Amino acid sequence: MEKARPLWANPLQFVFACISYAVGLGNVWRFPYLCQMYGGGSFLVPYLIMLLLEGMPLLYLELAVGQRMRQGSIGAWRTISPYLSGVGVASVVVSFFLSMYYNVINAWAFWYLFHSFQDPLPWSVCPLNANRTGYDAECEQASSTKYFWYRKTLNISPSIQDSGGLQWEPALCLLLAWLVVYLCILRGTESTGKVVYFTASLPYCVLIIYLIRGLTLHGATNGLLYMFTPKLEQLANPKAWINAATQIFFSLGLGFGSLIAFASYNEPSNNCQKHAIIVSLINSSTSIFASVVTFSIYGFKATFNYESCLSKVILLLTNSFDLEDGFLTASNLEQVKGYLASTYPDQYSKVFPLIRNCSLKAELDTAVQGTGLAFIVYTEAIKNMEVSQLWSVLYFFMLLMLGIGSMLGNTAAILTPLTDSKAITRHLPKEAIAGLVCLVNCAVGLVFTLEAGNYWFDVFNDYAATLSLLLIVLVETVAVCYVYGLRRFENDLQAMTGRTLSWYWKIMWAGVSPLLIISLLLFYLSDYILTGTLQYQAWDASQGQLVTKDYPAYALAVIGLLVASSTMCIPLVALGTFVVRRLRRGDPAPVA
Amino acid sequence: MLWLLFFLVTAIHGELCQPDAENAFKVRLSIRTALGDKAYAWDTNEEYLFKAMVAFSMRKVPNRETTEISHVLLCNVTQRVSFWFVVTDPTKTYTLPADEIQSAIRMNRNRINNAFSLNDQTLEFLKIPSTLAPPTDPSVPVWIIIFGVVFCIVIVAITLLVLSGIWQRRRKNKGPSEVDDTEDKSENTITIENGIPCDPFDTKGWHINDTFMPEDERLTPL
Repeated sequence: MEKARPLWANPLQFVFACISYAVGLGNVWRFPYLCQMYGGGSFLVPYLIMLLLEGMPLLYLELAVGQRMRQGSIGAWRTISPYLSGVGVASVVVSFFLSMYYNVINAWAFWYLFHSFQDPLPWSVCPLNANRTGYDAECEQASSTKYFWYRKTLNISPSIQDSGGLQWEPALCLLLAWLVVYLCILRGTESTGKVVYFTASLPYCVLIIYLIRGLTLHGATNGLLYMFTPKLEQLANPKAWINAATQIFFSLGLGFGSLIAFASYNEPSNNCQKHAIIVSLINSSTSIFASVVTFSIYGFKATFNYESCLSKVILLLTNSFDLEDGFLTASNLEQVKGYLASTYPDQYSKVFPLIRNCSLKAELDTAVQGTGLAFIVYTEAIKNMEVSQLWSVLYFFMLLMLGIGSMLGNTAAILTPLTDSKAITRHLPKEAIAGLVCLVNCAVGLVFTLEAGNYWFDVFNDYAATLSLLLIVLVETVAVCYVYGLRRFENDLQAMTGRTLSWYWKIMWAGVSPLLIISLLLFYLSDYILTGTLQYQAWDASQGQLVTKDYPAYALAVIGLLVASSTMCIPLVALGTFVVRRLRRGDPAPVA
Repeated sequence: MLWLLFFLVTAIHGELCQPDAENAFKVRLSIRTALGDKAYAWDTNEEYLFKAMVAFSMRKVPNRETTEISHVLLCNVTQRVSFWFVVTDPTKTYTLPADEIQSAIRMNRNRINNAFSLNDQTLEFLKIPSTLAPPTDPSVPVWIIIFGVVFCIVIVAITLLVLSGIWQRRRKNKGPSEVDDTEDKSENTITIENGIPCDPFDTKGWHINDTFMPEDERLTPL
């Protein structure tokens, strides 16, 4: 007897699963950076336009395909056309790469979370040097938060060639992260459906708490004003539009097969059009909400740094000229400087090179994204708040929820095609399949806990998914509209949900979205070709800052392999299916 | 004559205590930064206390137990507040070596700080590095404890879920075979009533009396 396909207990679980998957770390650490780089408030214009042109239509397409075909990505595309099951395979390969490196972020979040229960926070003070007369040299050069990240957490090596040994502490945290993910996906939709209630809603609770705390911090308004003042001239910059399109695309998690997997567990009559609109709107508004929080934190940090810079200058002048303690303040600094320059010119000229020009704008201009924002900038702001342990625990707990929510989607994209395949489920129960997937990913993920692990992480982060996903989604859209037939798909949807497809969706699917993706692809390809050699940021312990280095040959080979292994699936499987069919047609018909 | 002697002594004092003199140390206080509104003014009484603390520190050094307050000389007091000091020997002809003074001050730094309600950053002895407090490292790092707790909870939860899944599957496999058994049994039993075996309807031929119509057809359907 056919076992019925597991279903979500109610449509709310499905929506929460999609939100939990789509709202991830990118909303917190990439969108605020883009907003800052491309014109603040005016970045919202290209962002919302791209949401309408590309985000919502492609999301609805994937959900509709999953709900209609009721199979994981490989099965769904095989149903559309046997030659296109390579698209499904490519999705699974990309999801596999993503889950390998994404869970390392959860491991780091666990590490910081466990270290938040100390007083003082370990990243707020520098450790002492060997003879206890001062602080550790590397920590003095950089800052205590950077030292904790690069030395204590990563123990990073000077370049990607020096692999170094396995760090047991991050390895343990990675193991724990995979165990937690396994616990959530163990029972399939039954367990995932309950977990997503928490992973989708708890980050919002923390964000609201942080919003209230952030807005009441001293100097938060500086950051908010800086962010929201629109710089309209950035609208003419094509990079702003390209980055808006890219951000919408990757933020929704299209092309991995996770959305198809989630939608395949839906009732056929589910109104996925409404859900697609809801999920994409919630995803975008979360990005904007998170950037308000981030910018109030930025403003606090920048104001704090500016004021401590001023205090240092005041102390320097007070000590050099033996002025009365407390005489120099921020308000009379400039006048007094002028007075000292005229009264004691030679002494002033000796001190002058040491005086730093403190500028609030320069502090606000330091735009950071990615792990640097999450683990360095935020921790720097947190250590200066009162009751910093509480804020730290809340923050890393939120990062964990966001990360695990996205991991559930990634593993669903890998597991659903595997559990759909009868050949595998005949021999192994689904708990064992899930366990094997987690085990393999964990074992490979140990590479990222080497001393050079963070450099390999950057390789995967920058190249594993970017180009391949654009190609996958392009082929998906073309396949549904032109190979399967837009009219046929429209009729299927109508029969399934009872709703007609409006002209907006049809125009977007058939015309606008594919054209957008093609232009993004062309831009990225030309960018890669024009830049020539690829470079990365390495940590220099002696200087206490990042330096740019070139990738060695074997790293470039790995990058090429990453991109090729997923994109080549599409033509190779198509070719393979063609060859197999030809051979089958060539053989004499078997006796029935 | 007395005036000449006094003049000589002051001149020697002046030579002994000068900015950048041999064995002289500069001290810098930031009273307002440390105490804010409760800041006290720096006057000669405070200087006396300072000299007393330095003399006290020197008396703890072997061979220097006879250091008096008058052996400590202060000069160049500025508005900052900062000044230079030297410690002379009992004959007031030469100054004591810098490393002796340095080690004495380092040993008693805490007492000196507390006498003025200041700390290492607000009462600075330039050229005398302060010994920084060693970090308090617990024997087992805190993070490992929390990691262990979370790890055990997750392992227990996974084991429970896996075991319950196996148990459910085993029960499902046994379930259909049990249902089949009871059906077989009911076919084999023959109900006996009053010693006469009652056969179920369909084993003996019987006829329906058509004159008796079934109940529901008597009522005309709506």
